[in-house]
Amino acid sequence: MSDAIKITIDGKEIEAQLGQTILEAADEAGIYIPRLCSHPELKPIGSCRVCTVVCDGRPQAACVKPVMDGMVIENETPELLQHRRNIIDMMFVEGNHFCMFCEKSGNCELQALAYRFGITAPQYPFQFPEKEVDASHPDILLDHNRCIMCARCVRASQELDGKNVFQSIGRGFDRKIGVNGEKALGDTDMAVADRAADICPVGCIIKKRVGFEVPVGERLYDKAPIGSDIEGVRS
Amino acid sequence: MTTKKITIEPVTRVEGHGKVTILLDEEGQVSQARLHIVEFRGFERFIQGRPYWEIPVLVQRLCGICPVSHHLAAAKAMDGIVGVDVLTPTAEKMRRLMHYGQMFQSHALHFFHLVSPDLLFGFDADPLERNVIGVAQKFPDLAVQGVMMRKYGQEIIKATAGKKIHGTGAVPGGINKNLSIEERDGFLKDIDQMIEWCRASLKIAKDYTLEHIGELADFGSFDSNHVSLVREDGAMDLYHGNLRAITSTGEKIFDQVDYQGYFKYIAEEVRSWSYMKFPFISSLGPETGWYRVGPLSRVNACDFIDTPEAEAARKDFLSITDGKPNNITMAYHWARMIELLHSGEKIRELLNDPDLQGTDLMAKGERRGESVGLIEAPRGTLFHHYKVDENDQVTMANLIVSTTNNNTPMNLAVEGVARKYLSGAEITEGLLNRVEVAIRAYDPCLSCATHAMGQMPLVIELEDAAGNTLDRRVRG
Repeated sequence: MSDAIKITIDGKEIEAQLGQTILEAADEAGIYIPRLCSHPELKPIGSCRVCTVVCDGRPQAACVKPVMDGMVIENETPELLQHRRNIIDMMFVEGNHFCMFCEKSGNCELQALAYRFGITAPQYPFQFPEKEVDASHPDILLDHNRCIMCARCVRASQELDGKNVFQSIGRGFDRKIGVNGEKALGDTDMAVADRAADICPVGCIIKKRVGFEVPVGERLYDKAPIGSDIEGVRS
Repeated sequence: MTTKKITIEPVTRVEGHGKVTILLDEEGQVSQARLHIVEFRGFERFIQGRPYWEIPVLVQRLCGICPVSHHLAAAKAMDGIVGVDVLTPTAEKMRRLMHYGQMFQSHALHFFHLVSPDLLFGFDADPLERNVIGVAQKFPDLAVQGVMMRKYGQEIIKATAGKKIHGTGAVPGGINKNLSIEERDGFLKDIDQMIEWCRASLKIAKDYTLEHIGELADFGSFDSNHVSLVREDGAMDLYHGNLRAITSTGEKIFDQVDYQGYFKYIAEEVRSWSYMKFPFISSLGPETGWYRVGPLSRVNACDFIDTPEAEAARKDFLSITDGKPNNITMAYHWARMIELLHSGEKIRELLNDPDLQGTDLMAKGERRGESVGLIEAPRGTLFHHYKVDENDQVTMANLIVSTTNNNTPMNLAVEGVARKYLSGAEITEGLLNRVEVAIRAYDPCLSCATHAMGQMPLVIELEDAAGNTLDRRVRG
């Protein structure tokens, strides 16, 4: 194909296609770049910065940066690993993430990344912010304690469901996910079958009454660490 | 009027943290003893607003010792919330197996690691020897048995709940897994050895009690009411049943009470010096309505035990009191070992039941707003009571944990020991030891009783009526 180009990730030359992002090209080549806000069904926004790589000497979010022929990319350097660890760490302390009784435990991308990065306890002080639980919807629970502001729900509702249920509101530390309803999620047109109900990487948006139906040992990341599906395609 | 006060803090080899104060009157006689629970966690408040299906996993974090009891009591309450009164056979039996595994490991831990030093070395032995390390050195076989029995119970918990501590197995309306053939066969391989060790443990507890009956009969002992769940036919049932309360001589105060209405029969009183509440039987009032729970009360309250060896042991136990309830505090240990054997027999019975390999795990029903779950935890009757709103959020939680039920009895046991062994205004080593032994008979879990945390060292203070501390001893 005429669009085929070559890029180098951590010294390994791989093939890529023009129009791909670094993340997409790396995925195809079986190289895992950690990510949280990125999702294959959604347009990337480069928000969480967990996928930060060094591209030709400059830090870039791999989920939004398009590939160019001859690009030299650093992914698994000690500096980048530490940088990603710091970001994940901050996400834990900025919310109220209690894995021990969270039903997303074992299926949670944030928790899985922490395990992958060997984070056993946060290095930053807990903020213990006051957050709300919105249980007004009959089938969906919105627990702001666990939100990491990835905005997957905002995009999924708009791009995949053709709705506009969620919106980022506020600035800085006060930024949060709001709903386009009179008061709460129960006032919106969200349905349990919406993609937005199923796309949260953490336990913020969960389907009600599912809880702990999947036993320990059979959850997604009980079987293999996050990223191993991508690394598994490596030739 | 002046009284003096003795304080023992921290109390050792019990689960949690405690402090004992002994108050003296003007004549230097013991006027009252108080076991203070000085930590506070407040689970009842902070689970408000959480979704109901999360509670069995959340609330078990009260404790790392018997989380299964809280897990199952909450799950039973949440069965009611989802309108399920009868579980599928697989779900019911998996939960029972989890519970007997829990009872097995907890009783083994308590007897071998916490209590056996007192029984094997005597109350007055040097504390440097009178501990689990001393047991391991002098009675290595026994120490290994204790570890292996605890491990067996813990492995059963893992196979039924997913993890040895703080699992997720019981979900509202059922269970999330069955028992595989491989898991079952792994347990069947060792069950006969476990039961053999149960018999040996029971013999140690029984022989000890009978040999020392003269001293033990009035060692922190007193007549009391007893409360326990019993099955509809009066059998001991540690997982499910109706409430029965009996007097110290065995007359029934109430019987076969559906625990959904427990609050019509049991009330709680708050006292300023402890975070732990004082429950009592409403019809008798706080003065005489207090009661004991746990192994002693369960063996006293039931009409029979439905496993043969434990039933024979129960008859043996009651023969020393002519079939009447046994009110000797130190007899808790003997009763606990009868339950250990019963749990072993029950585990064997369940492992041989093909229902454990069934695949029908969940039942469904119509949502309700309020429900109560009770279970006989290792330390006694455990009450969980919840209200849940139409958005699925918990709006009210009331927990009466086993140790809380034993609050007044533990205070009386300490008082009795202090009256007998305190001389002058000094806390002797002998007094310190005996206060600890009396408290330990109840296997108190002070962490869940106050919903508090931490290790439990012991402080005793002796104080006069003016509030002056006369003496203070610490063991950590």
